[in-house]
Amino acid sequence: MSGHDATNEATTGEVVLRLTDVVKTFPGVRALDGVQLEVRAGEVHCLLGQNGAGKSTLIKVLAGVHRPDSGRVEWRGEPVSFANPQAAMRSGIATIYQELDLVEDLSVAENAFLGHEPRRFGFIRRGHMARRTREILGRLGHAEIPPGRMVRALPAAGKQVVSMARALSHEARLIIMDEPSAVLAHDEVGNLIRIVRELTAQGIAVIYISHRLEEIREIGDRVTVLKDGRTTAANLPARETPTSDLVSRMTGRTIEYVFPDRPAGTEVGGELLQVEGLTRAGEFADVSLTVRAGEIVGIAGLVGSGRSEVLETIYGARTAEAGSVRMAGRELRPGSVGAAVRAGMGMAPEERKSQALLLGEPIYRNVTLATFGRYARFGFTNASRERAEADRIAEDLEMRPRDVRRAVGTLSGGNQQKVVVGRWLLGDTKLLLLDEPTRGVDVGARAELYQVIRQLAAQGVGVLLVSSEVPEVLGLADRVLVMREGRVVRTAPAGELDENTVLDLVMAGSLMEGAPA
Amino acid sequence: MSQGTQPTATQPPPVDPAETATVGHRTPTATGRLSWWHGDGGEGAKRNLALIGVLLALFVIGAATRSDLYSNPDWVWANMLSILKLASVVGVVTVGMTFVIIGGGIDLSVGAIVALAGVWCTTVATQNFGAGGMIFTAIVVGVAVGLVNGTLIAYGRLVPFIATLAMLVAARGLAAEISDKQTQISHNGTINGIASTNLLGIPLLVYILAAVVAAGWVLLNRTTFGRRTVAVGGNPEAARLAGINVKLHTLLLYALSGLCCGIAAIMLTAQATSAQAAMANLYELDAIAAVIIGGTLLSGGRGTIVGSLLGVIIFATITNLFAINGLSTEAQNMVKGGIIVAAVLIQQVQFGSITQFFRRNRLTTS
Ligand SMILES: Nc1ncnc2c1ncn2[C@@H]1O[C@H](COP(=O)(O)OP(=O)(O)OP(=O)(O)O)[C@@H](O)[C@H]1O
Ligand SMILES: [Mg+2]
Repeated sequence: MSGHDATNEATTGEVVLRLTDVVKTFPGVRALDGVQLEVRAGEVHCLLGQNGAGKSTLIKVLAGVHRPDSGRVEWRGEPVSFANPQAAMRSGIATIYQELDLVEDLSVAENAFLGHEPRRFGFIRRGHMARRTREILGRLGHAEIPPGRMVRALPAAGKQVVSMARALSHEARLIIMDEPSAVLAHDEVGNLIRIVRELTAQGIAVIYISHRLEEIREIGDRVTVLKDGRTTAANLPARETPTSDLVSRMTGRTIEYVFPDRPAGTEVGGELLQVEGLTRAGEFADVSLTVRAGEIVGIAGLVGSGRSEVLETIYGARTAEAGSVRMAGRELRPGSVGAAVRAGMGMAPEERKSQALLLGEPIYRNVTLATFGRYARFGFTNASRERAEADRIAEDLEMRPRDVRRAVGTLSGGNQQKVVVGRWLLGDTKLLLLDEPTRGVDVGARAELYQVIRQLAAQGVGVLLVSSEVPEVLGLADRVLVMREGRVVRTAPAGELDENTVLDLVMAGSLMEGAPA
Repeated sequence: MSQGTQPTATQPPPVDPAETATVGHRTPTATGRLSWWHGDGGEGAKRNLALIGVLLALFVIGAATRSDLYSNPDWVWANMLSILKLASVVGVVTVGMTFVIIGGGIDLSVGAIVALAGVWCTTVATQNFGAGGMIFTAIVVGVAVGLVNGTLIAYGRLVPFIATLAMLVAARGLAAEISDKQTQISHNGTINGIASTNLLGIPLLVYILAAVVAAGWVLLNRTTFGRRTVAVGGNPEAARLAGINVKLHTLLLYALSGLCCGIAAIMLTAQATSAQAAMANLYELDAIAAVIIGGTLLSGGRGTIVGSLLGVIIFATITNLFAINGLSTEAQNMVKGGIIVAAVLIQQVQFGSITQFFRRNRLTTS
């Protein structure tokens, strides 16, 4: 099955995990259709594949969440079939899921040790637990997160750190990370890479899923590529395999992973959005910005720099304490999403699961969640029109599966993200607020999404974009704002900035500073 | 879901006794539990078939225990109509309750609202205005109390359970005050006739139930109001960020429940030809139980009107079954309790997560 083992030193460890012909079906979908995988001790084994290729399903099989329909899983030389996640964890497999599974109303420490709290005489040893949590957080480079803090109060990246701490709280021999970097900013990713190296140095195997190829080159030893639930290439050397090769094995075609050109001589329209002196204590202060019709404005900054909060405040999801927001010259009532939507704004929020989706509802109803009223007549909804509109979006964004009557909860992470963004591509949105729009979206669909955003701008829509990926901000935006610690520290045309300049401007501050108290 | 493979982790697990003790509350909710396929209510339809199966089973039990009665088709038909008549008042209340629960709330005050509306529309002063005045009064009282509930919950940020529990006590108190704890006789022939009139051999009350159920079905499945209800109950934050006025909608849901209570008050008053503060006792429990049995998720965001209706009819059938067999109401209540527990257990197995019960009734505000 392997055939072309890499010559990397790190991969000389013994094979700890071997999957042969694993199949897993869901009603109507063959999510895994004969997967082969081989992981060695001390290596970082990357899984690559398009949205819906089956990566998350595969790791859920390993983690004991799903039982495979057929096929063989050998863990440390023995065939296994985990009845539940606890069984997998006890035998040394810890998993960081793509969708965070933290209990929001428990503390950081309680989450980290959920289900295996240190006990004595039946009582939880709180002090001990807090100490060990602090130590793990220290190892993760986040000693500043208090173990007693409620998880609800943490920003997205902080939550990611906590779920990583949970994985480290077990004595695991294999740690599986499903898109751990999707919510992380640049410096955080560096941190993550350092941690992964420490783990592998101890002989721990890591399975790492990411859509960012640069990351895979930096961190990975070997790569296995999945396509439509099948292994299309196994054990490629992570550093040497050319990008075009990886992409074509993933997608079956070649994609030029580039940003669409800014159309030459674009006539950018009048000022659409005017924000002046916007302030929320503890989050951001005195933020002023404008977006013109047809212009894409990007906000760069670390997680916790107040970017998402600014976006949500402009949208009325948070109430501004000072300052004003004007759309086409008219001031909006602070703290009213309804007013913002009526004025033509739309926002794709940062956290798709908690902020954007009705998981049990069909795709089309999620896509039309903000617009179903427009297709309705006398209050009666028009389902066929809604399905048609959603179909168009699914087509544009390469949603898979294409059947818009399927429940959103059964989609892969990247496809759910497309639903969130797609919602605002309908109707007559004049200003699009996008918070991490490509989180978890694969290489091909990402290029597609950039194209769509560029087209919208060409039609006169203003776009305000927040992204942790500096290249994305620089590549897509016409103008860039750099935020640090709740303030705009620089505004410039994208052409005048490069990645290093932005990173220099952005660096400073930590996760906790932007967190709501 | 699970296939024939052996559930064994062959690695001898280093079992920590403390760990096994707590394994139960680790809920891997974030992982693909939504393994059912949802295509325009397919799930609900399947469930409703199961409920119809239960009804058939109850029918068979009836036929087996009282074969003497069931051998007469006329009696069977008349008995079915009496079951539907029995179900009609609670059925109307249940339609409103279904909306409230799908919208992520709960209304414990429905029985009390029925009593208040019934008492208010049978005061001497109101009866002077005739049938129209009485109906108008009952409906206005129901909607008004619902609006108070909704305002407290949506804008006062009270937990629905607490707000409507308080209303339960207060509304019954007010009803006792207004009626001076007396039974108020309805002298209005038109009102009283609502319960005794038959059209084409079917009681008018059953038509009213059918009309309310049909209107509720259309409202839930075909209108923007229904869509908003599902969104607000399923994920209030997502609804809010999509531009839906979550607070206003929550308010309207309780008003709708109040409206149903007003209608039910007229029906019940007509049946008894009187009203009193203690009428419609424990209707909240019957309605909530019917909604649960009907498959509506107690955490909100999913549910069907037809399921709720079947739930009400199942309860009425059980009552009827006990009555025709001359059994005690105590035994009957025990059976009903068992059925509620069974329904919830089925729901948990189906939807797989107890955590949803903890998420319920939380009206997310910024
Ligand atoms: N619980 C489920 N019920 C039905 N279908 C499912 C379920 N979970 C996953 N699927 C389907 O299985 C396929 C594989 O999904 P999976 O989540 O494994 O993709 P992925 O490779 O992780 O994608 P992404 O990069 O977007 O995260 C998809 O078509 C998805 O719709
Ligand atoms: Mg995935």
